[in-house]
Amino acid sequence: MAQSWKIRLSGTGGQGIIRGAMILAEAALIDGKNATQSQVYGPESRGGSTRSEVNISDKQIFFPKVVTPNILLTMSHEAYQKYSGNIEQGGILVLDGDIGKDGQHEGIDVYCAPVTVIAREQLGNEMCANVVALGVINSITHMVSDESMEESLRRNFKASIFELNLKAYKAGLQAIIQKR
Amino acid sequence: MSKVRLVQGNEACALGAIAAKATFYAGYPITPSTEVAEYMSTMLPPRGGKFLQMEDEIASMGAIIGAACTGLKAFTATSGPGFSLMQELLGYAVITEVPIVIVDVQRPGPSTGLPTLSAQGDIQQARFGTHGDHSVIALAPSSVMETYFETINAFNLAEKYRNPVVLLLDEEIGHLRERFDVEDEAVEIIDRKRPTCPPQEYIPYDNNEPDGVPLMADFGAGYRYHVTGLTHNEKGFYTSKLPEVDASIRRLTSKIEDHVNEIATFEEIELEDCEVLLIAYGSVARSAQEAVMELREQGVKVGLLRPITIWPFHDQRIKAACTGKKAVIVPEMNLGQYAREVERVAPADTPVCTLTRVDGEMIEPAQIVAKVKEVL
Repeated sequence: MAQSWKIRLSGTGGQGIIRGAMILAEAALIDGKNATQSQVYGPESRGGSTRSEVNISDKQIFFPKVVTPNILLTMSHEAYQKYSGNIEQGGILVLDGDIGKDGQHEGIDVYCAPVTVIAREQLGNEMCANVVALGVINSITHMVSDESMEESLRRNFKASIFELNLKAYKAGLQAIIQKR
Repeated sequence: MSKVRLVQGNEACALGAIAAKATFYAGYPITPSTEVAEYMSTMLPPRGGKFLQMEDEIASMGAIIGAACTGLKAFTATSGPGFSLMQELLGYAVITEVPIVIVDVQRPGPSTGLPTLSAQGDIQQARFGTHGDHSVIALAPSSVMETYFETINAFNLAEKYRNPVVLLLDEEIGHLRERFDVEDEAVEIIDRKRPTCPPQEYIPYDNNEPDGVPLMADFGAGYRYHVTGLTHNEKGFYTSKLPEVDASIRRLTSKIEDHVNEIATFEEIELEDCEVLLIAYGSVARSAQEAVMELREQGVKVGLLRPITIWPFHDQRIKAACTGKKAVIVPEMNLGQYAREVERVAPADTPVCTLTRVDGEMIEPAQIVAKVKEVL
């Protein structure tokens, strides 16, 4: 397992990509690790593809950005087109549903799970797809502890929607993940 | 559960201002500094402070200068275009010796440039943007935690030297989120020296204070004095008498430059045996530090001098660091604004190389590694 995670979360503006990255980074901090979170601000946040990046490491993190990720999540076709060609060899690609189903990724572990479908059908709220995705990523990588993730969710959501998001995270953990 | 939080640079700046006992904010929101205003608007009123959204940056400066004259710790936050508008009143605060803090979260310019991206293009503007001879203090933190502490330092230096202090963040640091835990950190808070003499004996611009910094009375406290942007005598009234003008203008510069040893702080990384010296500040210093780690693993003798204080420029310290080096490289997100100062003081036989980037993106460690290998 990589000692340092270089994570890029990508999707469409409004899917909670940046919030998802903040939750992940804060969970890593609670675990006692170092983490940085950054994003590309701009017109992209008003629709179109959006991305956010997280570094997680046991060591001090100097350069806070991600140039080539070793884990990429794509939650839209457009983001897949834009970012899936740039993943470190031996890295992980996580796809929402049938996004990029015909793609070839030499030397990359490709996983897919119906993240948005789970959010919509199991949880009745598509807006928590970002947290479902965090569950999927963590069930593959175990990069943060479940306790820290729960605490991070508690800090990031007001009480009225915390339980829903905790359920979303657990649904992501239990999702059937296919390896391509 | 851990107290460590994930905090954004701009939020850390706002938290630092609160810790420094700032009670007045006036500003005109602008990307990428807007979060500073947002946080102040929620944090100041419950603490008895005042938050004002002004009609523009010129008015924002007028408001904080007025507030500071009444004894409050006052500040504003902006980015390049707003900082340009503030230059006239920055000069006014210099000559009237009013302590204020200006947070400039830099973005690429000139003009409105690239609002959402990063730059370090206001280095020279911070120093020479307003006309006339003067000095200024400018600080450039490299992390979220350091942004908190340097914000406090900015208020302390403004109070101590009765001068505007510019906190030069860049978009990368302003919008970066990382660990923040200041619970157990003790911070020193400095307040301006106020007069204790009877009001009729008060000399508001006394040139004879040992540290060059006159005592400052709060407006409304019974000490009447005149505040003007014209050259003034010790009483604060306009003067064109040659010795009076000369003494007061020279003091405006010397009260800062004579204390460069106390003001200027640096971080030194792997300097002892280094053959190639990197000098980098703000977000780019992080890329430089990563480059140093990578190159040291390969046995390359490279070190980093990271100025946290951009102005006043510490001529002797920078010169000493450059002396005997095979080369000095100054990576920065502008076309060599700080490198120009390094060149000015470096020994003639030490080559000073620039590594510049002005497309809004951060200089990457790999670019610095390549440049070091090129000069070796």
